[in-house]
Amino acid sequence: MSEYKIVTGNFASAYGARLARAEVVSAYPITPQTEVVEKISEFVADGDMDAEFVKVESEHSAMASCIAASATGARAYTATSAHGLALMHEMLMWAARARLPIVMTNVNRAMGPPWSVWADHLDTIAQKGSGMMQFFCENNQEVLDSILMAYKISEDEDIMLPSMVVEDAFILSHTREPVEIYDQELVDDFLPPLDMDQKVDIEDPKGFGSLVMPDWYMDFAKKLEEAMMEAKDKVKEVNKEFKETFGRDPGGLIEEYKTDGVDVLMITMGSISGTSKDVIDELRDEGHNIGLARLRTFRPFPKEEIRELTKDVNVVGILDRSYSFGRAGDAAREIKEAIYGYNSPLVKNYIVGLGGRDLTPEVLELIMEDSLELLDEDPDQDELDPEVEWVDLRIDRNKWRR
Amino acid sequence: MAEFPEKELMNSGHNACPGCGAAHAMRYMLKALGKNTTVNIPACCWAVIPGVYPSRNLEVPLLYTAFETTGASSSGIRAALKKRDDVDDAEVEVVGFAGDGGTADIGIQALSGAIERNTDTIQVMYDNEAYMNTGIQRSGVTPEGAWTTTTPVGSKGDWKKQPKKEMMEIVESHNVPYAATVNIAYPDSFVEKFKKAKEFSGPRFMHIYAPCPTGWRARPSDAVELGRLAHKSRFFPLFEIEHGKYNIYKEPKEDEVIPVKEYLKIQGRFRHLPEEMVEKIQKRVDTKWEQLKKKERFTQEELYE
Repeated sequence: MSEYKIVTGNFASAYGARLARAEVVSAYPITPQTEVVEKISEFVADGDMDAEFVKVESEHSAMASCIAASATGARAYTATSAHGLALMHEMLMWAARARLPIVMTNVNRAMGPPWSVWADHLDTIAQKGSGMMQFFCENNQEVLDSILMAYKISEDEDIMLPSMVVEDAFILSHTREPVEIYDQELVDDFLPPLDMDQKVDIEDPKGFGSLVMPDWYMDFAKKLEEAMMEAKDKVKEVNKEFKETFGRDPGGLIEEYKTDGVDVLMITMGSISGTSKDVIDELRDEGHNIGLARLRTFRPFPKEEIRELTKDVNVVGILDRSYSFGRAGDAAREIKEAIYGYNSPLVKNYIVGLGGRDLTPEVLELIMEDSLELLDEDPDQDELDPEVEWVDLRIDRNKWRR
Repeated sequence: MAEFPEKELMNSGHNACPGCGAAHAMRYMLKALGKNTTVNIPACCWAVIPGVYPSRNLEVPLLYTAFETTGASSSGIRAALKKRDDVDDAEVEVVGFAGDGGTADIGIQALSGAIERNTDTIQVMYDNEAYMNTGIQRSGVTPEGAWTTTTPVGSKGDWKKQPKKEMMEIVESHNVPYAATVNIAYPDSFVEKFKKAKEFSGPRFMHIYAPCPTGWRARPSDAVELGRLAHKSRFFPLFEIEHGKYNIYKEPKEDEVIPVKEYLKIQGRFRHLPEEMVEKIQKRVDTKWEQLKKKERFTQEELYE
């Protein structure tokens, strides 16, 4: 029977891995992911989850053992955060290039120094070229839902790519919300056991990952990209099937919130989206023609959807909870690149909430009002100053308070 | 003596250098372990030796992995085998096969983790005493006095100054059920010890002495001779540790023992050494041998009986 539990994002991750019947779990503790490994340890210790839990000595080894387990035909799961993800970097690349359908949770946390354990997307964004799919979640239910969907997408024979399900540190990881823990039989129907053609098998010995000459490598890389492109349709398809099975629609590649015919479109990722939607409602009540789109998948990047959404929009305000030093926020950069040559709205990038800085409804409203003002002022893109604005820095707090 | 296994699981056609000890090592190991074996190999000479895609010369499943992951990769394979309905995982030997750098330097963390977790695996260090695949750079297991491309001697005598890292001792301190040194110059005892390792479950460690004529600046035809001289000079003693008990095997008789100098002199990598360094190396070899004998005596007689 399906039941509601009041759980943190971390527990939602653990329940997701359990419902998905992950067979091999390999993980190393890091704040704020620790509850995931603790909860799964409890599941295994109580016999509620039939998994081999490899309690490794580093995140690098966590992903390395997931890779070997997956290559040997097991459904593998791991979870980490920030520095752990950075330490895994080599193996994330490896998992993708080995075309292994591993699913992991990453709890978004800022990179040090200075030490910070709070929310920041740079850890995940820095892995955007790894070949892993990335699903940014708005709430705890979506964390669980995304893990189930991620396995289904990753394990599709046309895709065979690893996935990262992303939850914001503390805001989701340590905040309890009601989450529906689905009936196991329903999940089993939705997500059948993993059955890989090619695996480490003594009855059918093969080699996996051998040296290739330059005459081959590039073609393998292209196949990975083709799988990534194919995954866009697969995300939508699985999203639809998920909705039919469980009655929830997490939003596919990009969730649209009151975007029809808007003049100003705000684009967000992750947990700030929930609060942002409330602010959108308030502003719309005040008569402003503003809507919101939430990027769920940063990889594959929904460029066609972005083009469609921005077609008749005058101003696009993009909130990035990370910063690519020397350039801009990555969502903004990628969105601009996607619409170049198609649409030409005014685009402003807001850098927000780095290292867990609080994003109150007040601050979000001031950001959106700033975008609405651009609509009235109608400057050219090259007149935007600043084009990339760091919001609510200590030095100009007054600007971001009523 | 048991019959030497005829079945070849390593086919002809490989990318090893002439006289490669590591090529012998894989061949003999697979003869001993048989076809129910998985092999995971990190970056090392053996990442290249099996052949370039789409060729492969091993008749067992081969998972290539990243440099520092051998122990973790073996753990992952073992964990997955336990979950496979179509496999009796107790019938499969999971072997992590890494070079000295991959085992003792960059891979030591994953090795330590895997054996501390009591992973059912054989972790192999085929020891050619330097990073050979990348072009003969020093590792922690390179012996004292050796020339490598990163200990180039030069005009200041900048050879490897530190003694060889002792992996058998490091592994033994994890309380593994079985660890042994083997030498490719003695295929019979090589195969015998691997077969013995196979009889244990849990983490096992095999330290293979695998001469590299290319990197040691020796003649390819001397590869086996190098192995014999290393053994006779006690430079590379053959011993096993079974649940903490040391046992020296194939011990050279007193009148067979040769000076280390005999071993060093057929290798270009030691040719720069002044006489006092050769004496120093001899002294270290003698001391280590005495220690080993005492460990054997202590663990066999006093500690356990």
